[in-house]
Amino acid sequence: MTSHLATAPRAPAAGFTDPVRDAQEVFRAVLQAQSHPGRRVRVPSGPAAPAPLGRAMAGVLLALADLDTPLWLQRGEEAALAYLRFHTGAPVAADPAAAAFAIVTEASTMPPLDSFRAGDADYPEVAATVLIAVAGFGQGQQVSLAGPGIERRQGFAADGLGAEFWAAWRANRGRFPLGVDALLFTDDEVVALPRSVGPEG
Amino acid sequence: MYVAVKGGEQAIENSHRLIAAERRGDPAVPELDVRQIREQMRHAVARVMAEGSLYDPDLAALAIKQAQGDLVEAIFLVRAYRTTLRRFAVSRPIDSARMAIGRRISATFKDLPGGQVLGGTYDYTHRLLDHELAGDGAGEAVAAEAAAPLDPEMPRVSDILDAQGLLEAEMPDDESDPVADLTRDPLRLPGRRDQRLQNLARADEGFLLALGYSTQRGYGRTHPFAGEIRQGTVAVEIEAPELGFAIDIGDIEVTECELVNQFKGSTEQPPQFTRGYGLAFGRAERKAMAMALVDRSLRAAELGEETGHPAQDEEFVLSHSDNVEASGFVQHLKLPHYIDFQSELHLVRRLRADFDARRTGTDREAAE
Amino acid sequence: MTLVMETERTAPDETYNFAYLDEETKRMIRRAILKAMAVPGYQVPFGGREMPLPYGWGTGGIQVTAAVIGPDDVLKVIDQGADDTTNAVSIRRFFRRVTGVATTGRTVEATIVQTRHRIPESALREGQILVYQVPIPEPLRRIEPREAETRKLHAYREYGLMHVRLYEDIARFGRIATSYDYPVMVNERYLMAPSPTPKFDNPKMTAAPFLQLFGAGREKRIYAVPPYTTVTSLDFDDHPFDVQSWDEVCALCGAADSFLDEVVLDDAGKRMFVCSDTDYCEDRRAAGHVGPEGADEADAPAGKKP
Repeated sequence: MTSHLATAPRAPAAGFTDPVRDAQEVFRAVLQAQSHPGRRVRVPSGPAAPAPLGRAMAGVLLALADLDTPLWLQRGEEAALAYLRFHTGAPVAADPAAAAFAIVTEASTMPPLDSFRAGDADYPEVAATVLIAVAGFGQGQQVSLAGPGIERRQGFAADGLGAEFWAAWRANRGRFPLGVDALLFTDDEVVALPRSVGPEG
Repeated sequence: MYVAVKGGEQAIENSHRLIAAERRGDPAVPELDVRQIREQMRHAVARVMAEGSLYDPDLAALAIKQAQGDLVEAIFLVRAYRTTLRRFAVSRPIDSARMAIGRRISATFKDLPGGQVLGGTYDYTHRLLDHELAGDGAGEAVAAEAAAPLDPEMPRVSDILDAQGLLEAEMPDDESDPVADLTRDPLRLPGRRDQRLQNLARADEGFLLALGYSTQRGYGRTHPFAGEIRQGTVAVEIEAPELGFAIDIGDIEVTECELVNQFKGSTEQPPQFTRGYGLAFGRAERKAMAMALVDRSLRAAELGEETGHPAQDEEFVLSHSDNVEASGFVQHLKLPHYIDFQSELHLVRRLRADFDARRTGTDREAAE
Repeated sequence: MTLVMETERTAPDETYNFAYLDEETKRMIRRAILKAMAVPGYQVPFGGREMPLPYGWGTGGIQVTAAVIGPDDVLKVIDQGADDTTNAVSIRRFFRRVTGVATTGRTVEATIVQTRHRIPESALREGQILVYQVPIPEPLRRIEPREAETRKLHAYREYGLMHVRLYEDIARFGRIATSYDYPVMVNERYLMAPSPTPKFDNPKMTAAPFLQLFGAGREKRIYAVPPYTTVTSLDFDDHPFDVQSWDEVCALCGAADSFLDEVVLDDAGKRMFVCSDTDYCEDRRAAGHVGPEGADEADAPAGKKP
């Protein structure tokens, strides 16, 4: 059991206004995003969390993380760590391979995708979910996504995800049913990129 | 003229009213008090707590009243209630060596430190219906206090055998590993003993009884002896990190059974007796003993013994031991299945048409 | 329109957390749903809880719906295609009590449809969610009872056993003798049990615009088919998959394209056929379609369906 007594001198920033309702709304946004990978979905009720967590990313973490989901943060700012520990009780993992949620706030220096848990043949679901902050959608390298959730093709681009990322993602897609799942965030939107979806050609 | 059947909602409401009236029974007869059930039907209460996985004699008694004495239904009520409860701590393991003993017997030794304490038991009663209990105010049942208190030194038989190196050591796989919890996670097969013991602790008593019995009749013999059965109360303690020590949050009554079984050995290990363990809330000897028989039986593969009998089949035993699951699925056959049945009807009619067509064709051929 | 199904949003019972489950359980189920969608057709084990309805009576579907539903949703619950069968009523009442959501019998107005054994005849749209109640999630279970074995078969995509099983029917009967819970391949990777829907409904599952979620409470598995995902019924080149058809049409609305219930009228074998999907049938009648027995409906006593 994690003690929730604040050890920092100041209490962390506020989480959800209405935890039950807000978590459900955020979850529905992610569900919508994952039903239609590559489509931008607005994340409502995202709380103002300490840097480098944006609102949408923080909302999704508060909605989905808890005692059973170790977190790995690429940039572990103390305020962000304290915030997440306080609001979710999630343990923080030093080793990316131990993370259920990997929080990447600087895509250009992201560790290789195979640093994260990819599941195993008997239990593919234990693979990590990688949350990646991007500067914006619609700019940057254009790809044409295909896979479950996409009727024919879905054009997509994100500022910060270039050739190197998409090559890595193709390799991830090649490992299906293993592989990580990704959620891409701006401050108020999310795009889902499950392991079943990848760029055409 | 056919009009589609409606009114399911009304039927359900009427059904609720009817069952409430049935539960009350003859209004001229005094209504059952939940306290009466708690005090005077302890074994029913114990079973509902054990299989409901919730220690609360008052809630168990209420569930029994609400379910009109159908214990599997009462267990279901308790389990559904348990789902709504928040977990705020995990206790330390209870220490049955520090039990305040109500009953303690051993079949493996004539006498032992602390002695054989018979306690309250039906074991040596003659099973003759006592009609005096049928009257009102059957008279005070008073047990006189004993001349001397029980010996505080009551070591477990398993610890005695252990100290002589005769009993296999009971070591957890890894102290830092989290303990399995079937109330939160699904069954994983193959599983470890922690998951198995939890599954058996909340398993249907009848199922375990039959399986345990089967091992005694040759379906996977383990040559068991009742090393010790003890019943009494133990303290439940939780760690308080702010305080730095454990605090006692209350006592619970439990029944523990340690069976001592066939000794085994290998080229590296000298022969030792092996264990079977049973534990249940409240007074529940039959359950604890059956559980211990099945626990030992499920270890057959691990101990290099011949397997193949039902009580040795981990997947079979653990997948079918939960009576809430079993009752639900067996009884779900009462739900409408007319769509699946329609599909089958349709198929059978088609297959019969094919059959007839083939036969007509064959007959025609034969005729030609 | 049968009024009992149409209810407005109301205040939920405050004794319980919204949708009955505690937040920790909801998070666990929500995570399982997302992972299930990432690997379409694969059964994700989840820590299912005891619900106030028995195992086998829809607890898996209920837990999935409870994790997904919000106060603004509109819920439809059907069993065998009908809103008014007792268990559908019971489940709908449960959700009314613990969420206060508006409920409906009209497929077109629902945001979430929880179903047992049928897919609605009216096509669901993008944004709608269909939650299936599943008794036995493992399509190979009747061939291989051991979970440890079937998990491996899925891991290595070894589905030969199922093909053999279906071919045995062909050898014996001249056709595949599975009429419901007909096994499908999802996303060309996982063999999946669609739940005991009639094979008639299988074609509705493929490349569908709506999300399909499957909950098995007793077996503690969740699986999913995202929108626009291929779902292919198993068959053989020389014995292609086919669906049930009837010589009759719906006696009430005349539909020739819906799954029909057989209603026994007397003990001499007289029977009639009506749409199993009561909403679809009512919609057709409201639009003016009349079946061979439907003409007398106008004379039906007051208080019954118009």
